[in-house]
Amino acid sequence: MNLGRVVGTVVSTRKDEKLVGTKLLVVRQIDPEGNETGTFVVAVDAVGAGTGEVVLYASGSSARQTTLTADRPADAVIMAIVDSIEIGGEAIYTK
Amino acid sequence: MFIARVIGEVVSTIKHPALTGRKLLVVEKLTERGKPTGNSQLAVDSVSAGEGDTVLVMDEGSSAALVTKMDNPPIRTIIVGVIDSIDIED
Amino acid sequence: MHLCRVIGAVWATVKVDTLTGYRLLVVQPLSHDLKESGSPVVAVDTVSAAPGQLVYIVKSREASKALEEPFNPVDAAIVGIVDEVRTSI
Repeated sequence: MNLGRVVGTVVSTRKDEKLVGTKLLVVRQIDPEGNETGTFVVAVDAVGAGTGEVVLYASGSSARQTTLTADRPADAVIMAIVDSIEIGGEAIYTK
Repeated sequence: MFIARVIGEVVSTIKHPALTGRKLLVVEKLTERGKPTGNSQLAVDSVSAGEGDTVLVMDEGSSAALVTKMDNPPIRTIIVGVIDSIDIED
Repeated sequence: MHLCRVIGAVWATVKVDTLTGYRLLVVQPLSHDLKESGSPVVAVDTVSAAPGQLVYIVKSREASKALEEPFNPVDAAIVGIVDEVRTSI
């Protein structure tokens, strides 16, 4: 799983029928300190995340292991909205 | 999924049976702001995308299997949407 | 999938059973304008490609599905021969 920040949304009318009804968000990957790593993905949102939020997302076939994405094509899914990150006893991020 | 622009098409007669009847497009990866990255690859089309279209590309085999409705196709990269707009906030 | 040029072949007598009967070719990945892009890889040939031919390969786990027995350790497979690449952009 990766940490990321939601930076935008993608709108697509003509898409695979199994993607209809899903929300597609642009997620920039970040390291635990919150620095952007330079990569991004378009992910299916399974938790109602919004722009600016720090989220946890999974890539690859794991992305279909949510009730929302189970029978849908998905190679990246937002699975959690992060409240806080702590590393070595130190709070690195708090929402 | 990644964002890409369709920049061409590959014509191929001899191909794996799983690819029979499927259009193969050349796509160039874009940044989230729509800037070309110079990184191109081939993707199977499933939404009648055409040259110049900005598209959503799925990059995982089980998803490609779902979209193509095939068991275990040797396909990983498949265009699943034509993008109308990308809205980025900073 | 990626465009490649077949630049060679690899022969191996001792190999896993699932590779029996398949040729192993060395391919050079190319960009859409047919410039070399990255390092050559060895790919299993499923379409009877020949040296010098322009082909396309599927990489990673999905490559194994191009073979008759999908339970194999293949991570690159040639799945088509290119007649023509049309790009105008």
